[in-house]
Amino acid sequence: MLKKVNEKQNIRLSADEIPHVRIADANFPAPFRSGLEYSSPARGTWNIVHTGMLIPEAHEIFVCAAGCLRGVVLTAAEMGTTDRFSTVAVRENNLLDGDMEDLVIEGVTDIINKLPKRPPAVLVYTSCVHHFTGVDLDMIYATLRSRFPDIDFTDCYMNPIMRKSGLTPDQLMRSRLYMLLHEREIDPQAVAIIGNDLPTDEDSDLMKILKGAGLKIHEITSCKNYEEYQQMAESRVYVSYNPDAAPGGDMLSERLGGTHYALKFSFDYDEIDETFAGLAEVLGTAPRSSEEISALRAECEKELEETKKLIGETPVSIDYTYCPRPLGLAKLLLDHGFNVTKVYADGIPGGDKAAFESLQKEHPDLMIYPTVHPGMRFARTANVEEQGEVKVLAIGQKAAAFEETDHFINVVEGGGMNGYEAVMRTCRLMREAFLEKKEMRELVQVKGLGCEVCIR
Amino acid sequence: MKQTARIISTYSADVMGVCSALFELGGMTVMHDASGCNSTYTTHDEPRWYDMDSMVYISGISEMEAIMGDDEKLISDIVDAAAVLKPAFIAIAGTPIPTMTGFDFEAVAAVIEQRSGIPSFGFPTTGMNTYIHGASMAFAGIAERFVDDPEDSKSGGSNTLNMSARKLASVLDSCCMRPNGIKVNVLGLTPLDFSVNGTDDSIVQWLEREGFEVVSKWAMGSSLDEIRRSAEADVNLVVSAAGYGAAKVLYERFGMPYAIGFPAGNELPGLLADRIILSVKQFKEQGGADSFEAAEISVDSGVFLDGSEGKGGSTYEKGFAAVIGEGITSLSLAGTIELECGIPAKVLCATECPEDILRECDRMTPDEDDIIPELEGAAFVIADPLYKPIVPESAKFISLPSEAFSGRIYRDEIPDLVEDINELLIKIK
Repeated sequence: MLKKVNEKQNIRLSADEIPHVRIADANFPAPFRSGLEYSSPARGTWNIVHTGMLIPEAHEIFVCAAGCLRGVVLTAAEMGTTDRFSTVAVRENNLLDGDMEDLVIEGVTDIINKLPKRPPAVLVYTSCVHHFTGVDLDMIYATLRSRFPDIDFTDCYMNPIMRKSGLTPDQLMRSRLYMLLHEREIDPQAVAIIGNDLPTDEDSDLMKILKGAGLKIHEITSCKNYEEYQQMAESRVYVSYNPDAAPGGDMLSERLGGTHYALKFSFDYDEIDETFAGLAEVLGTAPRSSEEISALRAECEKELEETKKLIGETPVSIDYTYCPRPLGLAKLLLDHGFNVTKVYADGIPGGDKAAFESLQKEHPDLMIYPTVHPGMRFARTANVEEQGEVKVLAIGQKAAAFEETDHFINVVEGGGMNGYEAVMRTCRLMREAFLEKKEMRELVQVKGLGCEVCIR
Repeated sequence: MKQTARIISTYSADVMGVCSALFELGGMTVMHDASGCNSTYTTHDEPRWYDMDSMVYISGISEMEAIMGDDEKLISDIVDAAAVLKPAFIAIAGTPIPTMTGFDFEAVAAVIEQRSGIPSFGFPTTGMNTYIHGASMAFAGIAERFVDDPEDSKSGGSNTLNMSARKLASVLDSCCMRPNGIKVNVLGLTPLDFSVNGTDDSIVQWLEREGFEVVSKWAMGSSLDEIRRSAEADVNLVVSAAGYGAAKVLYERFGMPYAIGFPAGNELPGLLADRIILSVKQFKEQGGADSFEAAEISVDSGVFLDGSEGKGGSTYEKGFAAVIGEGITSLSLAGTIELECGIPAKVLCATECPEDILRECDRMTPDEDDIIPELEGAAFVIADPLYKPIVPESAKFISLPSEAFSGRIYRDEIPDLVEDINELLIKIK
């Protein structure tokens, strides 16, 4: 439990005072007013350093103030990739002197010239200060490309001030990830899975369908070198299933000529069938037969039943870092009799709107909790005091941290699952989490869960 | 080229220094930032985040709020949160965007204080200086605002820290303890320089063994109430440059002298203690010091500055030891290396450092390109492991991790140099 900083200050909140709202009373898409923000110790989601490192052999150069560099340089250090990471510090004189373009160009040049080996690609990350000073990024990149014609440069951004307008930094980063692909002849048998940080499950619906059709599958997580990464450009179809990858997929399709298909990540059986039928149409393959669909649904039901039988009325908490559709998952579980009590989400994802509306009617007492509201600083203590010895099963790292439970599923960003397999795998993980404790405190504080995939 | 780092890390920034300094004092600190500073601070700069319920937040400023100069959003967000959470004080610390928009920290803090009735600070950090700058600013603010005049607060009770069981046992066991009648505050303690490995307690234990009475520790292990009583002390011990701003304010407000030094070593701490005792008595006899500079108590180091050679003919040009890090702790360590290993040791200070603290052999080296040429000829380099890639192979690298540079990566390997420095010195001897 948290130690109070000052015993004389009555600053702890009781469980009732921790901010939350009944889903029946919640607004879509923002159930909570924005204000000061708290930072949970759960760190498993990826950041722009991890994602950029997915491009094999690429070198990242961040240009920003020291305070902003601190988090990214230590991300690289913790993942063991400092040899692929450099920085240029923006200082106050640069803001005053108007030499921001020179700083980027000469700084990046200096670093490239010092590298022991010339990288095939350099990702240059500019920041909020460049955005606000109207830096001429086109000129910067044109100059760098002319100085280093053997290197592919792309523009990346660490400008969180833009997270509430236009493409989010996450969407932008996922789009930049494929900007280095060079146009090449399209192979009608090649397909690329794009926009996910973690490798797609071999057992997932998507992988089984693509393999079953005998297609050549590209995925950035399995590219061993820069040439393999470039081969992604031969794809006829680009499939994304992380909603934040969709804008980048559209850009890619427009630039290289393949077709982008945004597969929906869903826990709703009908929506799963619909989205995979759409994929079959784009691929030109046969859709799943009704027998196949019935068998898959029966398998899911069996998993759900087995899981419910095991965990019974154990309270279940879900957070938004587990997958793109936390409310869809809550609905699936509540509809099958699980005791889902809380969903931790600061906003309702667009794709979860139907589940949100359904839950408002069918399960109105489900509670939505924020993760960044200032009162959440005291949620852990309040939850521990309220629950006592009651075991809570958490689905996702933030839920685990807020509930202070070692019984949790340690997965972020969907963990590479999709389709019916996501339902079945979630059930299996729930049973495992119920039966076995994990070292929650240690596990959730590791940055970029699964980022070892970038080290090659 | 200056400002570039091909491979080394970056020191924690001023905004995080503010948060770290104030963390245990029961206030609410708000980083005026869009996003990123909070997760950086809580992941890499703040080992106490998981275990202590301190209120550190970001404002979450958006593009439109920055462009439109919407300070009201920040003010009302802070006042609303404070009404529920009831912090002892409120502090706002700046980042690059408020710096660019000309955010008036002082004025906004005044408005917040007026509306909330809670003492409020505006610290104009920029995110472009190191943590030392921010922590020093924050401690100075506390010294200015919260330290009571002893003339106004003469009340009963103990003036000293509430002792933990461990500390009390240690004091009782210390048969050689001879009270010298001098009360001291320890200034500049944050985990960024001293981690959470007990170094802060070791400093107190050392002071008590030397006969001092410790009034407060700024700011690890002391409550705001204990810090309020700091003016009851006779002298301040500045153990890192983060404590320098408070030392200056406490001199200006109460005429308190200050000693600079970190008690790491077998010989240097004793010299430091003797010097403090002597100087405080002199100050008392003289009725104080005429200036802040004259109020400084320091132990001479730089044994080889007169041109003499150390062991094996070593000088500050060749065969020397280089200590990279925060100014005061590095200087003390360099002094100990010279005294106990007989080798010239120079400091490469990468963070802000008070003027005239460094010796002529030492260097301010904020950038990778400043450091590399200074390491030529070094026999030993004592630094955080993330410096290792730029250390010449000819030098023996001795790892001394710092939370301020490598965050949590090597936390388990950070030594308590007050308790045991010999493990490090033996690698040089």
